[in-house]
Amino acid sequence: MITQDTIPTRPNKMTDWAKLRADFPILDQQVHGHPLIYFDNAASSQKPRAVIEALDRYYERDNANVHRGIHELSNRATTAFEAARERVAKFINAKTPEEIIFTRGTTEGINLVAQAWGTKNLRPGDTILLTEMEHHSNIVPWQLVAERTGAKLAYLPVTGDEGLLDLSKLDQLLTREVKLFAFTHISNSLGTVNPVAELCERARKLGVTTLVDAAQSAGHLALDVQKIGCDFLVFSSHKICGPTGIGVLWGRQEVLDAMPPYQGGGEMILTVDFFKTTYKKAPHRFEAGTPDISGAIGLHAALDYLDAIGRENIFKHDQELAAYAYEQLTQLKGIRLFGPKTGRAGLVSFLLDDVHAHDVVTVADQRGVALRGGHHCNQPLMKKLGIVSTARASFYFYNTRAEVDRFIEVVRGIQKFFGT
Amino acid sequence: MSDDLDDLYQQVILDHCKSPRNFHTLDGANRKGEGYNPLCGDNYTVFLKMNGDVVEDASFQGSGCCISKASASLLTATVKGKTKAEVQALFAKVHDMMTTGTVSDEGVGKLAVFAGVHKFPARVKCAILSWHAVLAAVEGKDGPVSTENESD
Ligand SMILES: Cc1ncc(COP(=O)(O)O)c(C=O)c1O
Repeated sequence: MITQDTIPTRPNKMTDWAKLRADFPILDQQVHGHPLIYFDNAASSQKPRAVIEALDRYYERDNANVHRGIHELSNRATTAFEAARERVAKFINAKTPEEIIFTRGTTEGINLVAQAWGTKNLRPGDTILLTEMEHHSNIVPWQLVAERTGAKLAYLPVTGDEGLLDLSKLDQLLTREVKLFAFTHISNSLGTVNPVAELCERARKLGVTTLVDAAQSAGHLALDVQKIGCDFLVFSSHKICGPTGIGVLWGRQEVLDAMPPYQGGGEMILTVDFFKTTYKKAPHRFEAGTPDISGAIGLHAALDYLDAIGRENIFKHDQELAAYAYEQLTQLKGIRLFGPKTGRAGLVSFLLDDVHAHDVVTVADQRGVALRGGHHCNQPLMKKLGIVSTARASFYFYNTRAEVDRFIEVVRGIQKFFGT
Repeated sequence: MSDDLDDLYQQVILDHCKSPRNFHTLDGANRKGEGYNPLCGDNYTVFLKMNGDVVEDASFQGSGCCISKASASLLTATVKGKTKAEVQALFAKVHDMMTTGTVSDEGVGKLAVFAGVHKFPARVKCAILSWHAVLAAVEGKDGPVSTENESD
Protein backbone atom coordinates (compact mmCIF):
# COMPACT_ATOMS: atom_id res chain seq x y z
CA MET A 1 0.00 0.00 0.00
CA ILE A 2 1.28 3.47 -0.75
CA THR A 3 1.23 5.73 2.23
CA GLN A 4 3.14 8.91 2.78
CA ASP A 5 4.09 7.90 6.29
CA THR A 6 6.77 5.52 7.29
CA ILE A 7 5.52 2.48 9.04
CA PRO A 8 7.84 2.12 12.01
CA THR A 9 9.75 -1.11 12.36
CA ARG A 10 8.23 -3.39 14.95
CA PRO A 11 10.93 -5.81 16.02
CA ASN A 12 9.08 -7.43 18.88
CA LYS A 13 5.83 -8.27 17.21
CA MET A 14 5.16 -11.98 16.71
CA THR A 15 5.50 -12.54 13.00
CA ASP A 16 3.15 -14.86 11.16
CA TRP A 17 5.57 -16.03 8.46
CA ALA A 18 3.06 -18.37 6.80
CA LYS A 19 0.64 -15.49 6.37
CA LEU A 20 3.38 -13.35 4.80
CA ARG A 21 4.29 -16.15 2.42
CA ALA A 22 0.71 -16.17 1.19
CA ASP A 23 1.24 -12.57 0.02
CA PHE A 24 3.50 -13.91 -2.75
CA PRO A 25 1.32 -15.39 -5.49
CA ILE A 26 4.30 -16.73 -7.46
CA LEU A 27 5.39 -19.08 -4.68
CA ASP A 28 2.22 -21.11 -4.97
CA GLN A 29 3.11 -23.21 -8.00
CA GLN A 30 4.58 -26.52 -9.11
CA VAL A 31 7.83 -26.66 -11.05
CA HIS A 32 8.62 -29.89 -12.91
CA GLY A 33 5.88 -31.55 -10.89
CA HIS A 34 7.18 -30.45 -7.48
CA PRO A 35 6.19 -27.54 -5.24
CA LEU A 36 8.46 -24.60 -6.05
CA ILE A 37 11.18 -23.90 -3.49
CA TYR A 38 12.62 -20.54 -4.41
CA PHE A 39 16.17 -20.32 -3.02
CA ASP A 40 17.59 -17.78 -5.45
CA ASN A 41 16.74 -14.66 -3.49
CA ALA A 42 20.24 -13.21 -3.60
CA ALA A 43 19.80 -12.95 -7.37
CA SER A 44 16.31 -11.46 -7.18
CA SER A 45 13.48 -11.64 -4.67
CA GLN A 46 9.84 -12.34 -5.38
CA LYS A 47 7.17 -9.60 -5.10
CA PRO A 48 4.24 -9.41 -2.72
CA ARG A 49 0.74 -8.63 -3.94
CA ALA A 50 1.02 -5.15 -2.36
CA VAL A 51 3.79 -4.25 -4.82
CA ILE A 52 2.11 -5.79 -7.85
CA GLU A 53 -1.11 -3.93 -7.00
CA ALA A 54 0.68 -0.61 -6.49
CA LEU A 55 2.03 -0.91 -10.05
CA ASP A 56 -1.43 -1.77 -11.39
CA ARG A 57 -3.04 1.12 -9.55
CA TYR A 58 -0.50 3.58 -10.86
CA TYR A 59 -1.00 2.53 -14.48
CA GLU A 60 -4.77 2.33 -14.14
CA ARG A 61 -5.24 5.70 -12.48
CA ASP A 62 -2.26 8.07 -12.27
CA ASN A 63 0.20 7.45 -15.12
CA ALA A 64 1.83 10.55 -16.70
CA ASN A 65 5.29 12.04 -16.98
CA VAL A 66 6.79 13.70 -13.91
CA HIS A 67 8.01 17.26 -13.32
CA ARG A 68 6.74 18.31 -16.75
CA GLY A 69 3.01 18.58 -16.96
CA ILE A 70 0.88 20.92 -14.99
CA HIS A 71 -2.17 18.77 -15.46
CA GLU A 72 -3.74 16.60 -12.80
CA LEU A 73 -2.24 13.24 -13.76
CA SER A 74 1.25 14.66 -14.05
CA ASN A 75 0.82 16.22 -10.63
CA ARG A 76 -0.25 12.90 -9.18
CA ALA A 77 2.63 11.03 -10.79
CA THR A 78 5.11 13.68 -9.60
CA THR A 79 3.73 13.59 -6.07
CA ALA A 80 3.91 9.80 -5.94
CA PHE A 81 7.43 9.75 -7.42
CA GLU A 82 8.74 12.28 -4.91
CA ALA A 83 6.88 10.51 -2.07
CA ALA A 84 8.85 7.40 -3.01
CA ARG A 85 12.06 9.38 -2.68
CA GLU A 86 11.02 10.50 0.81
CA ARG A 87 10.16 6.93 1.70
CA VAL A 88 13.59 5.71 0.62
CA ALA A 89 15.23 8.47 2.66
CA LYS A 90 13.40 7.24 5.75
CA PHE A 91 14.24 3.62 4.95
CA ILE A 92 17.98 4.29 5.24
CA ASN A 93 17.76 7.29 7.57
CA ALA A 94 19.14 9.81 5.08
CA LYS A 95 19.13 13.39 6.32
CA THR A 96 17.05 14.63 3.39
CA PRO A 97 15.25 13.17 0.35
CA GLU A 98 17.61 15.27 -1.82
CA GLU A 99 20.29 12.73 -0.98
CA ILE A 100 18.33 9.99 -2.76
CA ILE A 101 19.06 9.44 -6.45
CA PHE A 102 17.02 6.93 -8.38
CA THR A 103 19.10 4.71 -10.65
CA ARG A 104 18.50 1.52 -12.61
CA GLY A 105 20.03 -0.47 -9.76
CA THR A 106 23.18 -1.11 -7.78
CA THR A 107 25.27 -1.40 -10.91
CA GLU A 108 24.22 1.95 -12.29
CA GLY A 109 24.68 3.58 -8.88
CA ILE A 110 28.31 2.45 -8.76
CA ASN A 111 28.92 3.48 -12.36
CA LEU A 112 27.44 6.88 -11.61
CA VAL A 113 29.82 7.43 -8.70
CA ALA A 114 32.79 6.06 -10.64
CA GLN A 115 32.09 8.34 -13.61
CA ALA A 116 30.89 11.52 -11.94
CA TRP A 117 32.84 11.47 -8.68
CA GLY A 118 35.80 9.42 -9.91
CA THR A 119 36.56 11.43 -13.02
CA LYS A 120 36.58 14.61 -11.02
CA ASN A 121 38.50 13.40 -7.97
CA LEU A 122 40.95 10.72 -9.12
CA ARG A 123 44.48 11.53 -10.31
CA PRO A 124 47.41 9.42 -11.51
CA GLY A 125 48.95 7.68 -8.50
CA ASP A 126 45.73 7.68 -6.48
CA THR A 127 44.46 4.35 -5.22
CA ILE A 128 40.97 2.90 -5.33
CA LEU A 129 40.71 0.28 -2.59
CA LEU A 130 38.24 -2.58 -3.05
CA THR A 131 37.97 -6.00 -1.46
CA GLU A 132 38.47 -9.44 -2.97
CA MET A 133 34.83 -10.33 -2.36
CA GLU A 134 33.31 -7.61 -4.55
CA HIS A 135 30.69 -8.32 -7.18
CA HIS A 136 31.83 -7.52 -10.73
CA SER A 137 29.65 -4.43 -10.55
CA ASN A 138 31.90 -3.08 -7.80
CA ILE A 139 35.10 -3.89 -9.71
CA VAL A 140 34.61 -3.19 -13.40
CA PRO A 141 33.34 0.43 -13.11
CA TRP A 142 36.46 1.21 -11.05
CA GLN A 143 38.72 -0.45 -13.59
CA LEU A 144 37.17 1.73 -16.28
CA VAL A 145 37.68 4.94 -14.33
CA ALA A 146 41.19 3.85 -13.28
CA GLU A 147 42.12 3.47 -16.93
CA ARG A 148 40.87 6.93 -17.68
CA THR A 149 42.38 8.72 -14.69
CA GLY A 150 45.60 6.79 -14.10
CA ALA A 151 44.48 5.69 -10.63
CA LYS A 152 45.48 2.23 -9.37
CA LEU A 153 43.38 -0.53 -7.86
CA ALA A 154 44.17 -2.39 -4.64
CA TYR A 155 42.26 -5.17 -2.91
CA LEU A 156 41.75 -6.02 0.74
CA PRO A 157 42.21 -9.81 0.86
CA VAL A 158 39.69 -12.45 1.86
CA THR A 159 40.90 -15.10 4.32
CA GLY A 160 40.04 -18.17 2.21
CA ASP A 161 37.04 -20.49 2.25
CA GLU A 162 35.77 -18.92 5.46
CA GLY A 163 35.38 -15.72 3.51
CA LEU A 164 36.20 -13.00 6.01
CA LEU A 165 37.94 -9.76 5.16
CA ASP A 166 41.53 -9.89 6.40
CA LEU A 167 41.37 -6.79 8.56
CA SER A 168 44.97 -7.31 9.70
CA LYS A 169 45.98 -6.04 6.24
CA LEU A 170 43.85 -2.92 6.46
CA ASP A 171 46.49 -0.60 7.94
CA GLN A 172 48.91 -1.56 5.24
CA LEU A 173 46.38 -1.01 2.44
CA LEU A 174 44.30 1.89 3.67
CA THR A 175 46.90 4.61 3.17
CA ARG A 176 46.81 8.27 2.31
CA GLU A 177 47.10 7.41 -1.39
CA VAL A 178 43.66 5.83 -1.19
CA LYS A 179 40.99 8.23 -2.44
CA LEU A 180 38.09 5.85 -2.43
CA PHE A 181 37.29 2.66 -0.51
CA ALA A 182 34.35 0.65 -1.87
CA PHE A 183 33.13 -2.59 -0.30
CA THR A 184 30.12 -4.78 -0.01
CA HIS A 185 28.02 -4.94 3.13
CA ILE A 186 27.09 -8.60 2.62
CA SER A 187 28.90 -10.91 0.20
CA ASN A 188 26.54 -12.43 -2.36
CA SER A 189 28.60 -15.60 -2.70
CA LEU A 190 29.96 -16.12 0.82
CA GLY A 191 27.26 -14.67 3.06
CA THR A 192 29.84 -12.68 5.02
CA VAL A 193 28.51 -9.62 6.86
CA ASN A 194 31.25 -7.00 6.83
CA PRO A 195 31.84 -4.51 9.66
CA VAL A 196 30.88 -1.55 7.49
CA ALA A 197 30.72 1.09 10.22
CA GLU A 198 34.22 0.19 11.38
CA LEU A 199 35.59 0.25 7.84
CA CYS A 200 34.00 3.65 7.22
CA GLU A 201 35.41 5.04 10.44
CA ARG A 202 38.92 3.87 9.58
CA ALA A 203 38.58 5.46 6.13
CA ARG A 204 37.12 8.70 7.44
CA LYS A 205 40.13 9.26 9.70
CA LEU A 206 42.29 9.41 6.58
CA GLY A 207 39.80 11.49 4.60
CA VAL A 208 39.02 8.56 2.30
CA THR A 209 35.63 8.60 0.54
CA THR A 210 33.60 5.42 1.05
CA LEU A 211 30.98 3.54 -0.94
CA VAL A 212 28.94 0.69 0.53
CA ASP A 213 27.37 -1.87 -1.80
CA ALA A 214 24.15 -2.68 0.07
CA ALA A 215 22.65 -4.86 -2.70
CA GLN A 216 22.51 -7.88 -0.40
CA SER A 217 21.73 -6.07 2.83
CA ALA A 218 19.17 -3.38 2.06
CA GLY A 219 16.03 -5.50 2.38
CA HIS A 220 17.49 -7.86 4.93
CA LEU A 221 18.65 -5.74 7.85
CA ALA A 222 18.06 -2.25 9.20
CA LEU A 223 20.24 0.30 7.41
CA ASP A 224 21.17 3.70 8.77
CA VAL A 225 23.54 5.62 6.52
CA GLN A 226 24.32 8.10 9.28
CA LYS A 227 25.34 5.34 11.67
CA ILE A 228 27.31 3.51 9.01
CA GLY A 229 29.12 6.75 8.25
CA CYS A 230 29.72 6.14 4.54
CA ASP A 231 29.67 8.74 1.74
CA PHE A 232 27.77 6.64 -0.82
CA LEU A 233 25.48 3.66 -0.50
CA VAL A 234 23.81 1.76 -3.33
CA PHE A 235 21.15 -0.91 -3.65
CA SER A 236 18.62 -2.45 -6.06
CA SER A 237 14.86 -2.59 -5.72
CA HIS A 238 14.43 -6.02 -7.30
CA LYS A 239 16.32 -7.82 -4.53
CA ILE A 240 14.10 -6.40 -1.81
CA CYS A 241 10.57 -7.17 -3.00
CA GLY A 242 10.40 -4.19 -5.37
CA PRO A 243 10.20 -4.08 -9.18
CA THR A 244 13.18 -4.55 -11.51
CA GLY A 245 14.69 -1.56 -13.27
CA ILE A 246 15.09 0.76 -10.33
CA GLY A 247 17.61 1.23 -7.57
CA VAL A 248 18.97 3.81 -5.21
CA LEU A 249 22.15 5.76 -4.86
CA TRP A 250 22.42 7.62 -1.60
CA GLY A 251 25.17 10.22 -1.32
CA ARG A 252 26.00 12.68 1.42
CA GLN A 253 24.65 16.07 0.41
CA GLU A 254 28.03 17.86 0.37
CA VAL A 255 29.56 15.12 -1.73
CA LEU A 256 26.68 15.12 -4.22
CA ASP A 257 26.65 18.90 -4.50
CA ALA A 258 30.31 18.87 -5.51
CA MET A 259 29.79 16.21 -8.18
CA PRO A 260 29.44 16.94 -11.91
CA PRO A 261 26.49 15.40 -13.80
CA TYR A 262 26.54 11.81 -14.95
CA GLN A 263 24.30 11.78 -18.02
CA GLY A 264 22.82 14.79 -19.79
CA GLY A 265 19.24 15.27 -20.89
CA GLY A 266 15.86 16.44 -19.74
CA GLU A 267 14.93 16.73 -16.06
CA MET A 268 18.49 17.52 -14.95
CA ILE A 269 18.82 21.05 -16.34
CA LEU A 270 17.99 24.55 -15.17
CA THR A 271 18.65 26.37 -18.45
CA VAL A 272 19.93 25.12 -21.75
CA ASP A 273 21.59 27.34 -24.29
CA PHE A 274 23.00 26.02 -27.57
CA PHE A 275 26.49 26.06 -26.07
CA LYS A 276 26.04 26.12 -22.31
CA THR A 277 23.80 24.42 -19.79
CA THR A 278 23.26 24.97 -16.09
CA TYR A 279 22.25 22.02 -13.99
CA LYS A 280 19.82 21.38 -11.22
CA LYS A 281 21.10 20.40 -7.81
CA ALA A 282 21.08 16.84 -6.52
CA PRO A 283 19.14 14.62 -6.85
CA HIS A 284 17.69 15.81 -10.16
CA ARG A 285 21.09 16.69 -11.58
CA PHE A 286 21.77 12.94 -11.67
CA GLU A 287 18.43 11.85 -13.06
CA ALA A 288 18.50 12.71 -16.75
CA GLY A 289 15.45 11.71 -18.77
CA THR A 290 12.11 10.26 -17.77
CA PRO A 291 12.74 8.15 -14.70
CA ASP A 292 11.26 4.77 -13.81
CA ILE A 293 8.18 6.28 -12.19
CA SER A 294 6.23 3.08 -11.69
CA GLY A 295 9.39 1.45 -10.38
CA ALA A 296 9.76 4.10 -7.70
CA ILE A 297 6.11 3.66 -6.73
CA GLY A 298 6.52 -0.10 -6.57
CA LEU A 299 9.67 0.30 -4.49
CA HIS A 300 7.75 2.55 -2.10
CA ALA A 301 5.19 -0.21 -1.61
CA ALA A 302 7.99 -2.74 -1.07
CA LEU A 303 9.64 -0.64 1.63
CA ASP A 304 6.31 -0.22 3.43
CA TYR A 305 5.83 -3.96 3.22
CA LEU A 306 9.30 -4.78 4.58
CA ASP A 307 9.08 -2.31 7.43
CA ALA A 308 5.67 -3.62 8.44
CA ILE A 309 7.45 -6.94 9.06
CA GLY A 310 10.49 -5.28 10.57
CA ARG A 311 13.93 -5.74 9.08
CA GLU A 312 15.28 -6.99 12.41
CA ASN A 313 12.76 -9.81 12.21
CA ILE A 314 13.66 -10.51 8.62
CA PHE A 315 17.38 -10.71 9.34
CA LYS A 316 16.84 -13.01 12.29
CA HIS A 317 14.67 -15.28 10.19
CA ASP A 318 17.16 -15.34 7.25
CA GLN A 319 20.06 -16.03 9.58
CA GLU A 320 18.26 -18.86 11.35
CA LEU A 321 17.46 -20.55 8.06
CA ALA A 322 21.02 -20.12 6.80
CA ALA A 323 22.52 -21.43 10.04
CA TYR A 324 20.18 -24.42 9.91
CA ALA A 325 21.00 -25.15 6.25
CA TYR A 326 24.73 -24.77 6.91
CA GLU A 327 24.55 -27.11 9.88
CA GLN A 328 22.67 -29.72 7.82
CA LEU A 329 25.11 -29.45 4.92
CA THR A 330 28.13 -29.96 7.20
CA GLN A 331 26.66 -33.40 8.04
CA LEU A 332 27.12 -34.50 4.43
CA LYS A 333 30.28 -36.22 3.24
CA GLY A 334 32.18 -34.85 0.27
CA ILE A 335 31.08 -31.27 0.55
CA ARG A 336 33.05 -28.03 0.65
CA LEU A 337 31.33 -25.06 2.27
CA PHE A 338 32.14 -21.41 1.80
CA GLY A 339 31.63 -18.40 4.02
CA PRO A 340 31.79 -17.79 7.77
CA LYS A 341 30.95 -20.58 10.20
CA THR A 342 28.94 -18.23 12.39
CA GLY A 343 27.08 -14.97 11.90
CA ARG A 344 26.40 -15.57 8.22
CA ALA A 345 23.69 -13.76 6.30
CA GLY A 346 20.83 -15.67 4.66
CA LEU A 347 22.70 -17.82 2.17
CA VAL A 348 24.88 -20.91 1.86
CA SER A 349 27.42 -21.59 -0.86
CA PHE A 350 28.84 -25.06 -1.42
CA LEU A 351 30.50 -27.52 -3.76
CA LEU A 352 30.01 -31.27 -3.85
CA ASP A 353 33.09 -33.39 -4.55
CA ASP A 354 33.19 -34.40 -8.21
CA VAL A 355 29.84 -32.80 -9.06
CA HIS A 356 29.93 -29.51 -10.92
CA ALA A 357 27.70 -26.74 -9.55
CA HIS A 358 25.72 -26.61 -12.79
CA ASP A 359 24.86 -30.27 -12.54
CA VAL A 360 23.72 -29.68 -8.95
CA VAL A 361 21.50 -26.82 -10.06
CA THR A 362 20.02 -28.70 -13.01
CA VAL A 363 19.05 -31.70 -10.91
CA ALA A 364 17.73 -29.50 -8.07
CA ASP A 365 15.62 -27.59 -10.57
CA GLN A 366 14.02 -30.82 -11.73
CA ARG A 367 13.04 -31.34 -8.08
CA GLY A 368 11.45 -27.89 -7.91
CA VAL A 369 14.35 -26.27 -6.03
CA ALA A 370 15.64 -23.05 -7.60
CA LEU A 371 19.35 -22.60 -6.80
CA ARG A 372 22.06 -20.61 -8.45
CA GLY A 373 25.24 -22.17 -9.73
CA GLY A 374 28.16 -20.30 -11.19
CA HIS A 375 30.70 -17.68 -10.33
CA HIS A 376 28.00 -15.33 -8.95
CA CYS A 377 29.72 -12.39 -10.66
CA ASN A 378 32.68 -13.01 -8.34
CA GLN A 379 35.22 -14.44 -10.78
CA PRO A 380 38.32 -12.95 -9.11
CA LEU A 381 37.22 -14.35 -5.74
CA MET A 382 36.51 -17.78 -7.28
CA LYS A 383 39.97 -17.77 -8.87
CA LYS A 384 41.52 -16.94 -5.51
CA LEU A 385 39.68 -19.85 -3.88
CA GLY A 386 40.84 -22.10 -6.71
CA ILE A 387 37.35 -22.87 -7.99
CA VAL A 388 35.24 -21.75 -10.93
CA SER A 389 31.82 -21.87 -9.37
CA THR A 390 29.70 -22.79 -6.38
CA ALA A 391 26.10 -23.80 -5.87
CA ARG A 392 24.18 -21.32 -3.73
CA ALA A 393 20.93 -21.39 -1.81
CA SER A 394 19.80 -17.94 -0.68
CA PHE A 395 16.84 -17.30 1.58
CA TYR A 396 14.25 -14.68 2.31
CA PHE A 397 11.55 -14.35 4.93
CA TYR A 398 9.00 -16.37 2.96
CA ASN A 399 11.22 -19.47 3.00
CA THR A 400 10.71 -22.15 5.61
CA ARG A 401 12.62 -24.80 7.55
CA ALA A 402 10.57 -27.46 5.79
CA GLU A 403 11.93 -26.13 2.48
CA VAL A 404 15.47 -26.39 3.83
CA ASP A 405 14.78 -30.00 4.85
CA ARG A 406 13.57 -30.76 1.35
CA PHE A 407 16.62 -29.01 -0.14
CA ILE A 408 18.96 -31.15 1.98
CA GLU A 409 17.11 -34.29 0.86
CA VAL A 410 17.55 -33.16 -2.76
CA VAL A 411 21.29 -32.56 -2.24
CA ARG A 412 21.64 -36.07 -0.80
CA GLY A 413 19.81 -37.39 -3.85
CA ILE A 414 22.22 -35.54 -6.13
CA GLN A 415 25.21 -37.14 -4.40
CA LYS A 416 23.64 -40.53 -4.91
CA PHE A 417 22.74 -39.82 -8.53
CA PHE A 418 26.30 -38.90 -9.44
CA GLY A 419 27.61 -41.77 -7.34
CA THR A 420 29.88 -39.77 -5.08
CA MET B 1 14.78 -39.41 -11.11
CA SER B 2 12.30 -37.89 -13.49
CA ASP B 3 12.31 -38.82 -17.17
CA ASP B 4 13.77 -35.54 -18.41
CA LEU B 5 16.74 -35.92 -16.08
CA ASP B 6 17.32 -39.46 -17.26
CA ASP B 7 17.28 -38.11 -20.81
CA LEU B 8 19.88 -35.51 -19.91
CA TYR B 9 22.15 -37.67 -17.81
CA GLN B 10 22.00 -40.91 -19.75
CA GLN B 11 24.20 -43.74 -18.49
CA VAL B 12 26.65 -43.20 -21.34
CA ILE B 13 26.98 -39.56 -20.35
CA LEU B 14 27.45 -40.34 -16.65
CA ASP B 15 30.06 -42.91 -17.60
CA HIS B 16 32.02 -40.52 -19.83
CA CYS B 17 31.87 -37.70 -17.29
CA LYS B 18 33.18 -39.94 -14.51
CA SER B 19 35.83 -41.60 -16.68
CA PRO B 20 36.52 -39.31 -19.62
CA ARG B 21 38.32 -40.87 -22.60
CA ASN B 22 41.30 -39.25 -24.32
CA PHE B 23 41.60 -36.88 -21.38
CA HIS B 24 45.19 -35.73 -21.77
CA THR B 25 47.41 -33.59 -23.95
CA LEU B 26 48.45 -35.09 -27.25
CA ASP B 27 51.99 -35.83 -28.38
CA GLY B 28 52.44 -34.65 -31.93
CA ALA B 29 49.28 -32.55 -31.92
CA ASN B 30 49.42 -29.92 -34.67
CA ARG B 31 46.07 -28.26 -34.09
CA LYS B 32 44.18 -27.19 -31.03
CA GLY B 33 40.95 -25.40 -30.27
CA GLU B 34 39.94 -23.80 -27.02
CA GLY B 35 36.39 -23.47 -25.78
CA TYR B 36 35.32 -21.27 -22.92
CA ASN B 37 31.87 -20.70 -21.51
CA PRO B 38 31.95 -17.47 -19.48
CA LEU B 39 28.65 -18.26 -17.78
CA CYS B 40 29.83 -21.35 -15.94
CA GLY B 41 33.57 -21.22 -16.44
CA ASP B 42 33.69 -24.45 -18.45
CA ASN B 43 37.03 -24.47 -20.19
CA TYR B 44 38.38 -27.08 -22.60
CA THR B 45 41.17 -27.48 -25.09
CA VAL B 46 40.74 -30.01 -27.86
CA PHE B 47 44.00 -31.29 -29.37
CA LEU B 48 44.17 -32.77 -32.86
CA LYS B 49 46.85 -34.55 -34.79
CA MET B 50 45.98 -33.96 -38.41
CA ASN B 51 47.49 -35.58 -41.41
CA GLY B 52 46.47 -33.39 -44.31
CA ASP B 53 42.70 -33.17 -44.00
CA VAL B 54 42.33 -36.23 -41.80
CA VAL B 55 42.12 -36.27 -38.00
CA GLU B 56 44.53 -39.00 -36.95
CA ASP B 57 44.20 -38.54 -33.22
CA ALA B 58 42.28 -36.35 -30.79
CA SER B 59 42.34 -35.61 -27.09
CA PHE B 60 41.14 -32.94 -24.70
CA GLN B 61 41.90 -31.28 -21.41
CA GLY B 62 40.14 -28.85 -19.13
CA SER B 63 37.34 -28.72 -16.64
CA GLY B 64 33.63 -28.20 -16.48
CA CYS B 65 30.33 -29.85 -15.75
CA CYS B 66 29.29 -33.42 -16.39
CA ILE B 67 27.58 -32.62 -19.68
CA SER B 68 30.46 -30.65 -21.16
CA LYS B 69 33.05 -33.22 -20.09
CA ALA B 70 31.09 -36.20 -21.42
CA SER B 71 30.49 -34.33 -24.65
CA ALA B 72 34.20 -33.61 -25.12
CA SER B 73 35.06 -37.20 -24.27
CA LEU B 74 32.64 -38.65 -26.83
CA LEU B 75 33.72 -36.06 -29.37
CA THR B 76 37.37 -37.05 -29.24
CA ALA B 77 36.41 -40.68 -29.75
CA THR B 78 34.12 -39.80 -32.66
CA VAL B 79 36.27 -37.48 -34.75
CA LYS B 80 39.24 -39.80 -35.02
CA GLY B 81 39.69 -40.83 -38.65
CA LYS B 82 37.29 -38.22 -39.97
CA THR B 83 38.15 -35.59 -42.56
CA LYS B 84 37.78 -31.88 -42.00
CA ALA B 85 34.65 -31.84 -44.15
CA GLU B 86 33.19 -34.75 -42.19
CA VAL B 87 33.84 -33.01 -38.87
CA GLN B 88 32.18 -29.86 -40.19
CA ALA B 89 29.15 -31.82 -41.36
CA LEU B 90 28.97 -33.65 -38.04
CA PHE B 91 29.12 -30.36 -36.15
CA ALA B 92 26.04 -29.17 -38.04
CA LYS B 93 24.15 -32.39 -37.25
CA VAL B 94 25.15 -32.39 -33.59
CA HIS B 95 24.26 -28.73 -33.23
CA ASP B 96 20.86 -29.34 -34.78
CA MET B 97 20.24 -32.35 -32.57
CA MET B 98 21.22 -30.60 -29.35
CA THR B 99 19.05 -27.58 -30.02
CA THR B 100 15.98 -29.32 -31.44
CA GLY B 101 16.15 -32.86 -30.04
CA THR B 102 15.70 -34.43 -33.44
CA VAL B 103 18.24 -37.00 -34.54
CA SER B 104 18.36 -36.33 -38.26
CA ASP B 105 20.01 -39.57 -39.40
CA GLU B 106 22.28 -42.38 -38.33
CA GLY B 107 25.36 -40.21 -38.83
CA VAL B 108 25.53 -39.06 -35.22
CA GLY B 109 25.83 -42.61 -33.86
CA LYS B 110 26.55 -42.74 -30.15
CA LEU B 111 26.25 -38.96 -29.94
CA ALA B 112 22.47 -39.40 -30.04
CA VAL B 113 22.62 -39.55 -26.23
CA PHE B 114 22.90 -35.75 -26.30
CA ALA B 115 19.50 -35.25 -27.91
CA GLY B 116 18.03 -34.86 -24.41
CA VAL B 117 19.86 -31.61 -23.71
CA HIS B 118 17.48 -29.62 -25.89
CA LYS B 119 14.98 -29.77 -23.02
CA PHE B 120 17.51 -27.91 -20.87
CA PRO B 121 18.18 -24.67 -22.73
CA ALA B 122 20.73 -23.52 -20.17
CA ARG B 123 22.77 -26.68 -20.75
CA VAL B 124 22.92 -26.69 -24.56
CA LYS B 125 26.00 -24.47 -24.38
CA CYS B 126 27.73 -26.99 -22.13
CA ALA B 127 27.13 -29.82 -24.57
CA ILE B 128 28.13 -27.88 -27.66
CA LEU B 129 31.25 -26.20 -26.20
CA SER B 130 33.87 -28.74 -27.24
CA TRP B 131 32.27 -28.99 -30.67
CA HIS B 132 32.97 -25.32 -31.23
CA ALA B 133 36.53 -25.97 -30.11
CA VAL B 134 37.04 -28.89 -32.49
CA LEU B 135 35.52 -26.95 -35.37
CA ALA B 136 37.98 -24.11 -34.74
CA ALA B 137 40.79 -26.67 -34.58
CA VAL B 138 40.03 -28.42 -37.87
CA GLU B 139 39.51 -25.08 -39.55
CA GLY B 140 42.84 -23.90 -38.16
CA LYS B 141 41.40 -20.87 -36.39
CA ASP B 142 43.49 -19.38 -33.63
CA GLY B 143 42.35 -18.18 -30.26
CA PRO B 144 39.69 -19.38 -27.87
CA VAL B 145 36.11 -19.73 -29.00
CA SER B 146 33.27 -18.91 -26.67
CA THR B 147 29.69 -20.09 -26.55
CA GLU B 148 28.62 -16.56 -25.69
CA ASN B 149 26.95 -16.03 -29.06
CA GLU B 150 25.35 -19.45 -29.05
CA SER B 151 21.62 -18.84 -28.87
CA ASP B 152 19.88 -20.82 -26.14
C1 LIG C 1 26.76 -7.65 -3.77
C2 LIG C 1 26.11 -7.26 -5.07
N1 LIG C 1 26.46 -6.11 -5.67
C3 LIG C 1 25.90 -5.71 -6.81
C4 LIG C 1 24.94 -6.46 -7.45
C5 LIG C 1 24.38 -5.96 -8.75
O1 LIG C 1 23.05 -5.62 -8.63
P1 LIG C 1 22.18 -5.22 -9.90
O2 LIG C 1 22.40 -6.30 -10.91
O3 LIG C 1 20.79 -5.18 -9.38
O4 LIG C 1 22.66 -3.90 -10.38
C6 LIG C 1 24.55 -7.66 -6.87
C7 LIG C 1 23.49 -8.51 -7.47
O5 LIG C 1 23.67 -9.36 -8.29
C8 LIG C 1 25.14 -8.07 -5.66
O6 LIG C 1 24.81 -9.22 -5.08
